[in-house]
Amino acid sequence: MSKKTECIAMLLAGGQGSRLGILTKNIAKPAVPYGGKYRIIDFPLSNCVNSGIYTVGVLTQYQPLELNDYIGNGAAWDLDRESGGVHILSPYQQIKGSEWYKGTANAIYQNINFIDRYDPEYVCILSGDHIYKMDYSKMLAYHKEKNAACTIAMLEVPWEEASRFGLMMVDDNGAITAFEEKPKEPHSNKASMGVYVFTWSKLREYLLADEADENSSNDFGKDLIPAMHQAGERLFAYQFDGYWKDVGTIDSLWESNLDLLRPSVDLDLSDPSWRIYSKTAAAPPHYISAKAKVQNSMVTEGCSIAGNVDYSVLFAKVKVEEGAVVDSSIIMPGTVIKKGAVVQYAIVAENAVIEPGAVVGEKPENTPNREEWGVAVVGAGVRVGRGARVAPKAMVGEDVPAVSAEEEAK
Amino acid sequence: MIRSNDILGLIHSNAYDDCLAELTNMRTMGSVPFGGRYRLIDFTLSNMVNAGIGKVGVLTKSNYQSLMDHLGTGRAWDLARKHGGMYLLPPFLLGESGSFDNRIEAIKGNMNFIERSDEEYVLMSDCNVVMNFSAADFVAFHEKSGADISILAKRGKVPAVKNTLVFSCGEGGRVTSAVFGSAGDEGLFSANIYFMKKALLERLINDAAAMKKKSFEEDLILENIGSLKIFAMEHQGFAYAIDSLKTYYEANMALLEAENAHDLFTSKRPIYTKVRDDMPALYGIESSVENCLVSDGCVIKGTVENCILARGVTVEKGAVVRNSVIMQDSFIGVGAHVENVIFDKSVVLKPGKTLCGAEGFPVFVGKGIVI
Repeated sequence: MSKKTECIAMLLAGGQGSRLGILTKNIAKPAVPYGGKYRIIDFPLSNCVNSGIYTVGVLTQYQPLELNDYIGNGAAWDLDRESGGVHILSPYQQIKGSEWYKGTANAIYQNINFIDRYDPEYVCILSGDHIYKMDYSKMLAYHKEKNAACTIAMLEVPWEEASRFGLMMVDDNGAITAFEEKPKEPHSNKASMGVYVFTWSKLREYLLADEADENSSNDFGKDLIPAMHQAGERLFAYQFDGYWKDVGTIDSLWESNLDLLRPSVDLDLSDPSWRIYSKTAAAPPHYISAKAKVQNSMVTEGCSIAGNVDYSVLFAKVKVEEGAVVDSSIIMPGTVIKKGAVVQYAIVAENAVIEPGAVVGEKPENTPNREEWGVAVVGAGVRVGRGARVAPKAMVGEDVPAVSAEEEAK
Repeated sequence: MIRSNDILGLIHSNAYDDCLAELTNMRTMGSVPFGGRYRLIDFTLSNMVNAGIGKVGVLTKSNYQSLMDHLGTGRAWDLARKHGGMYLLPPFLLGESGSFDNRIEAIKGNMNFIERSDEEYVLMSDCNVVMNFSAADFVAFHEKSGADISILAKRGKVPAVKNTLVFSCGEGGRVTSAVFGSAGDEGLFSANIYFMKKALLERLINDAAAMKKKSFEEDLILENIGSLKIFAMEHQGFAYAIDSLKTYYEANMALLEAENAHDLFTSKRPIYTKVRDDMPALYGIESSVENCLVSDGCVIKGTVENCILARGVTVEKGAVVRNSVIMQDSFIGVGAHVENVIFDKSVVLKPGKTLCGAEGFPVFVGKGIVI
C-alpha cells in the first residue's frame, strides 16, 4: 500500500487511432509525433506534472512498444518518483481469465486495484488524443467546491462543428442537465473534452455496476456517465477557455501542427511556467546553410537545411537538401528530403526518404477537383523513389518505385 | 583487457579559467557555454560516458555554482547512480590549508576520493579542449603500447595555454622528449588528457606534494620521460584548444563547417547536455537565415548570417545579426544591428541599437547587460 494520495490521474492511451491510418500502423496514437519535438502524450503528461499530479497510470493496449519505451521511467516529465510516478498499465491475466480492455470504463475497472493502492479521494481520467494546456488542479478545486461526483471539462465550440462532439446542457450553476452524443441538430455548443474528475468512491461504485451490466459497452461517455446522470448524481461542467484540439484525423493533425506557426493561435509552447516536457534526442543545434531559405516554420535540433522550407514543422534530425522544397508540411524525425524533391501539403512520418525529383502532395489551388484534394501522407521508413509522385490525399505505406526519365517524358 | 568499469574519470573544471577571463568571471571553464546548446564540460563528460566510464569526479575550485546547476545529479549523462556516478568535488578546506592553485594540489586535495575509489585506472581531463574522441580507443592504445602514462595530443598550432607540452615521439608514440611549446608554433601538443593506473597517479602526486612541487607537467611528466614509459596518441579529428576569447569565438565559428560539426557531433558518440525543454526554433514570415547553427527555443524574425545561436535567443523584426556568437536567452530588438560580437547569456540589445566588433576580433558583452 502506498501512502494516501489526494488525486491520481489515469491516462487512456490504448487507442489505435485508426483514422490516422499508416501513422499508427506500428505505434499507438498517443505516441504520434507532434509539434517538432513532442508526442501527443507529452501534453496530458506535462499537464499532470504542472498541475501537481504526480501519480499517473497510463493504460496501454494497442502497439505499446514504442509508447512504453518513450515513457520509460518517466524521468522526462519528472515522474520517476519514490512515491507515485508514472506506471504503464497493460491488460493482464486474472484468475477468472484474461481479457482486453473492452472500453474506456472497463479499462479503469480492470485497474481498480492499482487505484486503490493510492487510496485517492479523486481520480482524473484523461485521454492521450488531445493537444491542450490545462491546469487540472483548478478543475479539481472546482469539483470540490461543487461537491460533485463527476466534473467534465467543457469547451464552447463553433455551432457549425458542434455536431461532431459529445455535447452538454448546463444550467446557470454549472450543473449538467442533459447530454447529446454527436447530434445532427445540436442544442448546445458546449462540448466534452474527454477530461473528467471523479470522486473515487462514486466512480468505483459505478464502475462495478457498469461491469455487472451485460448490455453496457463499458464506455465513459456512452454508459457510465449517463448512468450517473440518471441516478441523479451531481455532475458539473468545468469551462475551459484555450486551445484544445482532437488530433485524431490526418487533417486535424496537420492543422494542429501548423497552428503552432500562427501567432493568433492560443497555444504557447515557450511559456516557462507551463513547459511541455518531452524526451529529447541528443542532437546538436540545427544548421541552416547559406543556400537555404526558411520562413514561417518550426525547426528542431539536429536538422540540416539547405533547401526551401515554408510554413512547415520539421522534427529532429530532418535533412532537407539543396533545391528541395518543403511547403505547408509536417516532417517527422530523421526523414531525408533529397535534392530537388518537393513535399507540399503533406505529412511525412519518421525516417522516410524522398528521393531527388520526387513530388509528394499538391497545392489545393492546383487540384481542379477540390474533392480530390487532401493532405498526402508518407509512412515511416518509406522510400519515395526518384521522380515518383505521391498524389494529394494519398497515403503510402510501401516504397514508391522510381520513375525513369523516359516514363516521365510520356 | 582494461574494462571500462575499472576506470575512474577525473575532470578539472577550473583549469585555465584565466584564459577566458571574461567568460569565467562568474563560472568555471567547464560551464562556459559552447556551440549553441552545450557547456564545455559536456564534451569531456560525454567522451568518458561514451566509453562506458561510470564514475567521474569533477574537481572544482571556484565559481562553481553555474557548474552545479548545469550538472545537477548527472542524470543527463546517465551518471545519477546509486553506485558510482558523478561526484562534484569542491575544494576541501581544512584548518590552515587554503584553496589550491595548481593541478598537483587539486588532485592532492581530493586524494581521499581517489584512494577510496575501487577502479584500477584513471582517465583525467580538462575542459578547454573541444573534441569528441573515442576514450575506448585511447585506452586500447595505452594497453597495446604498454605505457605507464598515455597522453592524448593534437598536431597543430600550440595554444597559448601555459605549460603546454609539445612532444617528440619515437616508435609507437613513445615520448622521447618534450618541451614547453610557445604559442603559435606547430607541433604535437598535449591536450592534457591522461590515462594511467590510479596507483601511479597516487604515488606521483603524493611524492610531488611532499616535495612541494608545483607543476604537474614539469615535475611529473617532463621529469619522468626517462624513467617512465610515456606515450602520446595523436587525435585525428576535430579538436580546438580554447586559450582566449578569440579562439573561443573561432572554435564556435568552426562548427559552421559541415566537416567539423559532423566530427564533433558524430552519432556514434553523442554529446549529452542538460535538457531545457524549449520548444523548437520558430522562424517568422520575414526571417532570413544563412549559414547558422540555431538551437531550440529561438525565435527569429530578422536576418541572421554566420552565427551560433544558443537556446532561447530572440532576433526581432528588421534586426540584423552577423558573424556572432549569441548565448542563451539573449534578445536583439527590432531593427537592431550587430556584427562580430559575443553576447553572454541574457544580453538585451534594445531596438534600433547598433554594435559591431572588428572582423575576427569580436566585442564581448557580459551576462545580463542591457544595451
